[in-house]
Amino acid sequence: MSAANSPEGMSPSDASSWTLRTRKFVERNVPMDHLLPQRQPYYVGSWVYVFGVITIAALIWVVVSGVVLSFMGPQWWHASSVGRFFNGLHFWSVQLFFIFMVLHLWGQYFMAGWRDGRAATWMIGVVIFAASILTAFTGYLSQQNFDSQFIAINAKDAMNAGGIGAFFNVLNFGQMYGLHVMLLPIVVTFLVVAHIVMVRARGVVKPIDAEGGTRS
Amino acid sequence: MRSMGATQEEYYRGVRMVPYDLVKELALALAGLGLVMIVAAAFLSSPDVGPVTIAAWAQGDPVDFVTTATGELAGSTTSAGYGAPYNTNADGQSWGPIAPQKWFGARIPVDSANAFVIQPLQRAAVGNADLGAAIGQWKGASADQQAKWLDAYGKALPSATVSDGKVTVATGDYGPLPVMMSNLLGVAQAGGLDGLLVINDRFYQTDYTQPLLFMGDGGYLAGLADQAHLTGSQWGMMNETGSYPGQTWLWLYTLWYQVPPFTSDTGFLGLNASNADLGVIILMTVLTVALALVPFIPILRDIPRWVPIHRLIWRRYYATGRPVTRT
Repeated sequence: MSAANSPEGMSPSDASSWTLRTRKFVERNVPMDHLLPQRQPYYVGSWVYVFGVITIAALIWVVVSGVVLSFMGPQWWHASSVGRFFNGLHFWSVQLFFIFMVLHLWGQYFMAGWRDGRAATWMIGVVIFAASILTAFTGYLSQQNFDSQFIAINAKDAMNAGGIGAFFNVLNFGQMYGLHVMLLPIVVTFLVVAHIVMVRARGVVKPIDAEGGTRS
Repeated sequence: MRSMGATQEEYYRGVRMVPYDLVKELALALAGLGLVMIVAAAFLSSPDVGPVTIAAWAQGDPVDFVTTATGELAGSTTSAGYGAPYNTNADGQSWGPIAPQKWFGARIPVDSANAFVIQPLQRAAVGNADLGAAIGQWKGASADQQAKWLDAYGKALPSATVSDGKVTVATGDYGPLPVMMSNLLGVAQAGGLDGLLVINDRFYQTDYTQPLLFMGDGGYLAGLADQAHLTGSQWGMMNETGSYPGQTWLWLYTLWYQVPPFTSDTGFLGLNASNADLGVIILMTVLTVALALVPFIPILRDIPRWVPIHRLIWRRYYATGRPVTRT
């Protein structure tokens, strides 16, 4: 650790504390005024910047409606008008989530948002996109209706041809439902949080060919 | 180590900063989306066409059901000759030395003839002497004799008639097959086969591999899917029943199934219709990795600079002569 970063006025036991080092690392790299800034560069004035926030809002609705559905069980929404309503919220929030995520992706592409050291942020964004597709896919397989049946029968051939089907059995409702309500949402949420923290830590990229910006 | 926090301070040095309320923006987005979703959920609801049961199949198209069950015994159905992960009766798809379907073997073993026909019949034979005798005759026959019965019965089925839900074929030497199939059809029409195919000696069930494979072997469910525009050749992977949007984000994945070489018998570089699933999986994996690596791929990373969409996004910046200094 450099002298500038060394904790001052600490006992030797403090200096060797993993907890303290972690806290200092977070404070250095993601200070609160970067995580929740009240000011932005003046060029952050396009609607394109709103797509990311709307995607996050849609994800929150996806999770909230999904929690209600998972709490009531996978068959509730087929037999209850309230359940059908919450499934409608889940269905449309997923559609909106993908619409705005794709708009965000295209926006970031044409802004070359990976410039000036932001390549990892872009790459995690692509992983989020792929993980979201997998999460939605397991959701479609978990609907317990005609769509689920035919999607499973149709999709198994691609999964099996790729060798994935030996471990990811789309005909096994229990496996798909478990992945959909537990593991994959955790993965997507964790990656989205990491993506947001990386965006906030580095700040918004400058316009292309701006003074002080690099070319790639 | 140089912290990202310090980097941001340096990065924005000299750039005019203006008030921007991120939390308020998120709150407004949550409220606005919530309103749209509540209206959509209340007035448009969501797609929910009920599942097809084996009972519905056996009642709706008894000849297709019996034909499929006969095919299971003959080993001529899709599942019976599938290969991994269900059995070893085929090599599965491959592209040159790339054969992931075969690499992992039969990890989800399914014996179609036994699982879909013989075992359910054995359970149904309790208290049914005629059925018990028919199963005994079938199991006691040689493989050649079974093949002759199956061949004759299979040829008679296309001309079968249906009366009161029962399938009748022309008189012939079919051995015990008519008794076995009429009983299987009866059990299926009563809903018994829906349960028998998932019990596996357990009480709680969440695995529908067997009934879905069995229904997939028949033509009834596929016919309904075709009517709903859900099949692969109809861009079905991104469709949904009714007029609802489906998994539209799978459009590129679905696209490849509509174009050569994945629709061609001859294909290109060994990729064709017979290994289309593997080819499309490989292609989409490569494209996804390429998307992730765009920042490092020349031309792809330069397109945004060449296409002036960024001039629309940052039009105020470019219109004002790129002012970056604080005012």
